[in-house]
Amino acid sequence: MMAKKLPKVDVLLVGFGWTGAIMAQELTEAGLDVLALERGVWRDTSTEFGVTNVQDEVRYRYRSELFEELSRNSLTFRNDTSQTALPMRKLGSFLPGTNVGGSGVHWNGQTWRFLPSDFKARSHNEERYGPLPEDMTVQDWGVTYEELEPHYDTFEYLCGISGRAGNLNGKIQDGGNPFEGPRARDYPNPPMEMVYGPTLFADAAAGLGHHPFPAPSANMSQAYTNPLGVGLAPCSYCGFCEKFACANYSKATAQTTLLPVLMQKKNFTLRTESMVLRVLKDKAGERATGVEYVDTNGDTYEQPADIVILCAYINHNAHLMLLSQIGQPYDPRTGEGTVGKNYAYQITSGVTLFYDDKVFNPFVGAGALGMAIDDFNGDNFDHSGLGFIGGGYIAQWQTNGRPIESHPTPEGTPKWGARWKKAVRDSYLHAIGISTHGSVMSHRGNYLDLDPTYRDVYGRPMLRMTFDFTDNEHRMSDYLTDRAAEIAKAMNPREIKVSRRTGHYSIVPYQTTHNTGGTIMGTNPRESVLNKYLQSWDLPNLFVMGAGAFPQNAGYNPTGTVGALAYHSAKAIREQYLRSPGPLVQA
Amino acid sequence: MKIALPVLAALLALAGGTTASRAEDNDWSVIQRGLYLTRAGDCAACHTVEGGKPFAGGYPLKTPFGTVYSANLTPDGDTGLGTWDEGDFYRAMNAGRSKDGSRLYPAFPYTHFTYVTREDSDAIFSYLQTLQPVRNRVSKPDLVWPLSWRFLMIGWNWLNFDEKSFVPDAGKSPAYNRGKYLVEGLMHCGMCHSPKNVIGAEEDDPGDRFAGGMAEGWLAPPLVGGSREGIGDWSEDDLVQYLKYGRNGRSIAFGPMAQVVSLSTQHMTDDDLQAVATYLKDIAIQQQDRGTKETKQAAQMSDDVKHVGALVYATQCSACHRADGKGVPNMLPPLADSSFVQADHPRSVIRLILEGGKGVATSKFPTPHKMPAFDWKLTDDEVAAVATYVRNSFGNGAPAVSADDVEEVRKAQ
Repeated sequence: MMAKKLPKVDVLLVGFGWTGAIMAQELTEAGLDVLALERGVWRDTSTEFGVTNVQDEVRYRYRSELFEELSRNSLTFRNDTSQTALPMRKLGSFLPGTNVGGSGVHWNGQTWRFLPSDFKARSHNEERYGPLPEDMTVQDWGVTYEELEPHYDTFEYLCGISGRAGNLNGKIQDGGNPFEGPRARDYPNPPMEMVYGPTLFADAAAGLGHHPFPAPSANMSQAYTNPLGVGLAPCSYCGFCEKFACANYSKATAQTTLLPVLMQKKNFTLRTESMVLRVLKDKAGERATGVEYVDTNGDTYEQPADIVILCAYINHNAHLMLLSQIGQPYDPRTGEGTVGKNYAYQITSGVTLFYDDKVFNPFVGAGALGMAIDDFNGDNFDHSGLGFIGGGYIAQWQTNGRPIESHPTPEGTPKWGARWKKAVRDSYLHAIGISTHGSVMSHRGNYLDLDPTYRDVYGRPMLRMTFDFTDNEHRMSDYLTDRAAEIAKAMNPREIKVSRRTGHYSIVPYQTTHNTGGTIMGTNPRESVLNKYLQSWDLPNLFVMGAGAFPQNAGYNPTGTVGALAYHSAKAIREQYLRSPGPLVQA
Repeated sequence: MKIALPVLAALLALAGGTTASRAEDNDWSVIQRGLYLTRAGDCAACHTVEGGKPFAGGYPLKTPFGTVYSANLTPDGDTGLGTWDEGDFYRAMNAGRSKDGSRLYPAFPYTHFTYVTREDSDAIFSYLQTLQPVRNRVSKPDLVWPLSWRFLMIGWNWLNFDEKSFVPDAGKSPAYNRGKYLVEGLMHCGMCHSPKNVIGAEEDDPGDRFAGGMAEGWLAPPLVGGSREGIGDWSEDDLVQYLKYGRNGRSIAFGPMAQVVSLSTQHMTDDDLQAVATYLKDIAIQQQDRGTKETKQAAQMSDDVKHVGALVYATQCSACHRADGKGVPNMLPPLADSSFVQADHPRSVIRLILEGGKGVATSKFPTPHKMPAFDWKLTDDEVAAVATYVRNSFGNGAPAVSADDVEEVRKAQ
């Protein structure tokens, strides 16, 4: 059946989470008619997320109420090209969201800026350490920290990030992160109230010569009204952030920062339960003309638009690019092509500390409540002779004491039975964890393409993910884990349990929802999908948001950079593209 | 659609003198003023059904005597005001009579609208005549006998109603007089905020004016009295903020008042809101001169009630209302020093805990914060304990709440 053709709009957004809401706000301000198509349903704090129900671990964490529905559209996975990929039938390693607000609804709120050197990962590292290994497909971003600084600032003030500056206009500040890039002004809110565990960690880390600071948090340290006039309430430290929605208007999400203003605008339309199947191109293949989408009745529509912006989660953006035959798919054998290239992730590990005499009340927590050190992130330390590049932060977070999910036990404890129960009882109040959060450099064999066998419920080939940790990542993660263990020992616990990340990447256990790459940005169309403004090199009226643009992943949580890139792109569309709708960077 | 005034003026000039009087009827500024006054009168609250066409009527107004359905105000010839003229409309406003002379039921607040000037009435009518005509024949009233006989309204009116026109008080400020004109007239605040007599009319004893009433089963708090009885100790600025933004540092509008803010008061000018505040404060002061009610004594809480109440408060309430009961200004309302919490009768406090309530999005505060329903989560004993606890903590004092009180409200839901 022919798709019904709908009236054209100025701007069409595919997906309505963080980046969709930011682009909608920025482009409606420019006077454009903006339509967002969201596959999921409407939800906001006041109607969906009550303090009476959000802390339901079974409903949200274990029955995945906020996460995407794999029975409709999943991906297939393998570690390397010698294997046959199989469909991911259950969420595990990462937990993308669905519905209005996207994954941003259930994030922890750890809101970082990447380091200036992160944006020049290839040129910076080669300059300092010589040529990188041949299979390491690390690239410069094409955008610099200095260019993104004002947009990081905009996102942080939108969200009301709680933190302490470490570098104000080049001047190092006591108590902040001395390694961060220079910022023009301090965080909009002071750091959160620290609980006991993070202060112990900070004391021990400082004793070892490191530089602890309160981690930047999108959980409000106090009531805050953002520049759009939207108010956020102080965090109650209930410990239900990641994997949960916030009922207290205390965690920055699209719902708590943008939607109250955006939804009142006459030039903005949100159409929910509308699943975009592909991006449409003109006959010459030079411009996007709109998208085809299907609603929940199974009716398909053609929605024309002057500008199309992909704002879905990274695997869906890459999937749409591949299905719509935009750009050249990446081929790991030749290294040619760009779409699907440089898929990356995050490598994490941890050390758990058990005490007899200290009580930590883990149920008092927040998603981004903690102290961190950045001494071993990026190129903040000399990598000479270490055999790897990259790094990560080390932190003592007190995010939660959720009874089903969070019950640390010492080394040697059985997995079930009376001795396990006793260990849980004995440890619950007396254990804390130090975690490492490492970068993942891009590698020739890590990529996304279309699966030759499996199809989704719409009949489209599924996306295939091919990914494994490389030696660079394992060496780096081990190095971070050793540093974490040193700090742990300096904190004088009864015993510690070190959990290294060993062996092949597994898609089963939860690690982080920090998937990156596949629609990477860069300096030229030969090596990247997007230019520095997230504009497609192939179709100048197509923009692709999100962490898919990261050419490799830094040692930080991605959301701050995702927000900054979106604002950077929106500014270029408003100030340059609308005047002259063509390529913003000449290839 | 907006037509620039100079353009309209030019069109009128071209039309020439013969159509001058008609041109005047359609004067854009008159229509705009009519729209403004229609909002000030909150006409949409009763004359627009949720999801229906604007002002097409049919909204069921439940009274203790039965149900009356609001009129279709659109200019439809058969079912609306299509055949009415300004005089007919003024008679409805001023005398409570329909076009055919029959008497309107006082669910239509002609007892207040009688104060509305002919000029303002005409402006409202001009605006209503610009609406899209909607054919919607409204159901007949469904009232207990013998009230279904409209002529009995002669007697009701004889007891409760005099046709009036507004007479400014020369001894008072223009703001006071403007406020009085709005509050007593178009805004018809007393419909909810003044107690009613047995036949549903507002008590006419001056001591009862704005002494509190009920609206859709919710307490409409006294606009006079101290913090434990009403909002008589609110400052003029508190009142203006509340009406303009649906919230101030002391309270957040929810329920029927959220709708009033949404449809009516947030659209009013600062000058008019200031005038309303000036007048209401003047009444509050006069009431105080007559002597306020005694300060309430805190109820004696048993250890058990105190324990359960404090526990429920800590686990269910304190995340928003905070441990000290002071809330978060303009987001999450304080319970400390709240007249709503300390109302004599706990019915509305209980109902809010059971049903929850939603605030209103306004220009300065675009997030409509909501309190969730606890009816499925707390037992009658727990609701009673926490209600008693908040009514007697943080410096509050009010009679204790029993599980029977809660059961009664639950049954009425």
